[in-house]
Amino acid sequence: MFDFAVIGAGVVGGMVARELTRYTDSVCILEKGSDVALGATRANSAIVHAGFDAAVGSLKARLNVLGSKMMAEVCADLGVKYKNNGSLVVGFNDDDEQTLKELCERGKINGVDGVSVICRDEILSIEPNIGDKVTVALYAPTGAIVCPYELCMAAVGNAMDNGAILRTKFEVKSIEKISEGYKLSSDTDSVEARYVINCAGVYSDEVAKMIGDDSFTVRPRRGEYMLLDREVGDHISHTVFRCPSKMGKGVLVSPTVDGNLLVGPTAEDIDDKENTATTAEGLAKVRALAAEQVARIDFSKVITSFTGLRASGSTGDFIIGMPTDRFVNVAAIESPGLSSAPAIAEYVVSLLRENGYEASPRSDFNGTRRPMHFFSDLSIEEKNELIKVRPEYAHVICRCETITEGEILDAIRTNPRPTDVDGVKRRTRASMGRCQGGFCTPYIIDLLAREMGVDYTAVTKFGGKSYINFGKTK
Amino acid sequence: MSKERLLTCIVCPRGCQMRVLLSDEGKVESVEGNFCKRGVTYANDECTNPKRTVTSTVRCKSGEVVSVKTDRTVPKGMMFEVMAEINGTVAEDNLKIGDVIIENVCNTGANVVATSNTK
Amino acid sequence: MKKDLVIIGGGPAGMAAAVAAYEAGVRDILILERDNALGGILRQCIHNGFGLHRFGEELTGPEYAYRYEKMVHELGIPYMLDTMVIEVSPDKVVTAMNRENGIFTIQAGAVILAMGCRERPKGALNIAGTRPAGIFTAGTAQKFVNMKGYMPGREVVILGSGDIGLIMARRMTLEGAKVKAVCELMPYSGGLARNIEQCLNDFNIPLRLSHTVVNIHGKDRLEGVTIARVDENRRPIKESEEYIPCDTLLLSCGLIPENELTKGAGIKLDRVTGGASVNGERETDIEGIFACGNVLHVHDLVDYVSEESAIAGRAAAKYIFGDSKKEISIALKTDGKVRYTVPQRLTEACDTSVYFRVADVYRDAKIVVRDGDRVIISKKKQRLAPAEMEKVELAKDVIESLSGGELTFSIEM
Repeated sequence: MFDFAVIGAGVVGGMVARELTRYTDSVCILEKGSDVALGATRANSAIVHAGFDAAVGSLKARLNVLGSKMMAEVCADLGVKYKNNGSLVVGFNDDDEQTLKELCERGKINGVDGVSVICRDEILSIEPNIGDKVTVALYAPTGAIVCPYELCMAAVGNAMDNGAILRTKFEVKSIEKISEGYKLSSDTDSVEARYVINCAGVYSDEVAKMIGDDSFTVRPRRGEYMLLDREVGDHISHTVFRCPSKMGKGVLVSPTVDGNLLVGPTAEDIDDKENTATTAEGLAKVRALAAEQVARIDFSKVITSFTGLRASGSTGDFIIGMPTDRFVNVAAIESPGLSSAPAIAEYVVSLLRENGYEASPRSDFNGTRRPMHFFSDLSIEEKNELIKVRPEYAHVICRCETITEGEILDAIRTNPRPTDVDGVKRRTRASMGRCQGGFCTPYIIDLLAREMGVDYTAVTKFGGKSYINFGKTK
Repeated sequence: MSKERLLTCIVCPRGCQMRVLLSDEGKVESVEGNFCKRGVTYANDECTNPKRTVTSTVRCKSGEVVSVKTDRTVPKGMMFEVMAEINGTVAEDNLKIGDVIIENVCNTGANVVATSNTK
Repeated sequence: MKKDLVIIGGGPAGMAAAVAAYEAGVRDILILERDNALGGILRQCIHNGFGLHRFGEELTGPEYAYRYEKMVHELGIPYMLDTMVIEVSPDKVVTAMNRENGIFTIQAGAVILAMGCRERPKGALNIAGTRPAGIFTAGTAQKFVNMKGYMPGREVVILGSGDIGLIMARRMTLEGAKVKAVCELMPYSGGLARNIEQCLNDFNIPLRLSHTVVNIHGKDRLEGVTIARVDENRRPIKESEEYIPCDTLLLSCGLIPENELTKGAGIKLDRVTGGASVNGERETDIEGIFACGNVLHVHDLVDYVSEESAIAGRAAAKYIFGDSKKEISIALKTDGKVRYTVPQRLTEACDTSVYFRVADVYRDAKIVVRDGDRVIISKKKQRLAPAEMEKVELAKDVIESLSGGELTFSIEM
């Protein structure tokens, strides 16, 4: 019997699991997918919000501001790329200016540092490519960017380094109360734990129902994005939001920590929790809105488009609580969920403590981790020292992003281990560049097949039946 | 009464669009639109006995594949028969360009030869 | 390390440039190739049709490449395999990495860029729908089938009628797959007429002109695509939508010269070709850095790549020996119907072939070259098409007789 079962290996589940391993090595993470970070964590805005947006007094406001302040240190510990690039919420008229002033006040009340409303000339001095019709902006210097799936992989990996166990392809189908805890069953297997933490994203309402809690529902809110080549990644330096108005919320235009430009998302409530298709209409809308906020975006440089599903809850706020003994819901973690994740993890532990969980910090907990991108950070001399010992660090596999065989092998051998091509891609950026894997996919399959000891045709794109090759030609 | 047939010459990348007049017996009477005389030969063949070069790969004993071609054209209608024989063949390793892998494939008079060197 | 001439890329362009430079007297040459063998993309182009111009016989891709590889070996021109160039500086310092040498730099006397091109990926096309496995560029599928010996699909739709897509339609069919359609957004094919004939018509594969893929279906592996006819503005017509079940979508929607190193060196690029802007000697705007082959502009035929690369190789030799001449300055302009020219400018009065592509299909038209108002060349053509590269010869005495600083290339009816 584990001390904890954490359902869901997204960024929230990962950060919670890592936080729990400060106190115990008896943590089991149950993930229905074949890898971590496959839900909302895989496809979202990658933003650390400053915290002026959430309603005063809400859990969102409190955890956002706190999480945002914790994020830089957490990322440093976990070796995750983080950049404090500041954010702008841009307005186009007097009404917007009024709204932005209110947002600014709200930010101050929420505890956000340094927010101010600035005029067009001031905006232009820090962001020359701002939209032609932008007249005013709310400037938040504490806004930042981070890679959500990198943070999730690092958190799960760090939890595993500290003793946690990750069970992928384990979809919890039922939860049974047993003495001293719960028995969680999939179709083929079961796990017992004293405490259950429900971090199941868009499915967290269905997991809650398994223990009889139907006090909330979660609906997927579809958001479509486009990612642009690094060639245009420096088109802007701040994250540019649009002032909420009668016309809607707009989209964001932001650099990413990897140097791309990200635009999106749309916001559309849907029912299908697996529907991550993009639509022609959605992408056209993203384009049109983004072009108003930021001038001269070169959309010919789009390298991919994708859809994320945010877990939008029925209460409007995060739903974090204990509906019954030893069971914690961490549900409806929509925006600003990523920003709040470090604070959510601490909040869950404090909630457990208030409800009788007793444990002292482990002396052998190590909260730090070698960055997944450590090789690219080395100096040329350091790289050459390493190459002498491990020449595969000089063999480039992904030409667009200059990712070497050594880095890919490291990723395949490091917790949480990838088992498919997309898993390697998210960990190393191999095939994430402008050719989108055209050249390197056949080589990545070679490495995965060899390391996992499976046939070339057994390697999938993202698990399940996502086969890449059907068999030999002859 | 002559019949007309429009052909795209495949002999070279120019891809001449040719107009061929055929007699009742199916014999080529005239060819227009060809840039060079190879077009006439092609038109004759194409209207009487169309032929193609087949390129593919053959599996070697090592498990690798080696690229191959028929060293002359084979009847167009026999391409899949030729493929079946190619697919049923396992080649030796250490092949050089031009090495014959299948002699007289499907009795076409063409050999299947390696088009790359294997290690 | 110091080298008189560093050639980046050991494909057909790089090898032809190396051979030409050697024949022009350069001995201190190094070819840097990122793959584990010389030959570049030709190694996977196992079909025939190469070499008619260059060698007077029809060869397959690997055979054509081997002709040059043999020359490189016989001349003793050094090369490094599995070696990735990561930077070229404006003062011709080349930074590269491989297993044996780690990360190392070479001070080059001259540099020839011959990195080739890559295929336009799906992301750039922005097709709506899901993101299942089973969507590949035609070239990736070609690598799986021809080099690795695996089948990436059974029921196939191909988007784009570029030559690689047409070749793969035949290749997949011969290997037992069913190719259900080739969709082409434009009202004309992007590939050569002979390939339509021998790769599609031979196998009764329908070519759907003015059609595109508007939606992708399937969760894990592709299950089907929705295609639609497009109007004259290339916008899909809703009523014409049609669902085709398939497990594979191959993309053959254009090639993009791979010029990241070129950009990094600060070399001026041509907006239309995506390659460097060069003079008749294929020299970029940085003296001593040359470019040739598909990295400069995408060619239809490797024979022309070899021809162009020999020009670059000889010019690099002249530069190394201090014989380069910059005696004139003539800009080559276009009228829009001619999309671009290579070279983009002339700096030496010598016999020069000017290559170009047109923007649309034109019938019974004339290629006209003007020096100011004076027509210096007028050449009738039955048919001009974007898929087919055109060539105009400018003789030395014609270039010497020019009055102005520019020549204009146009298509007139």
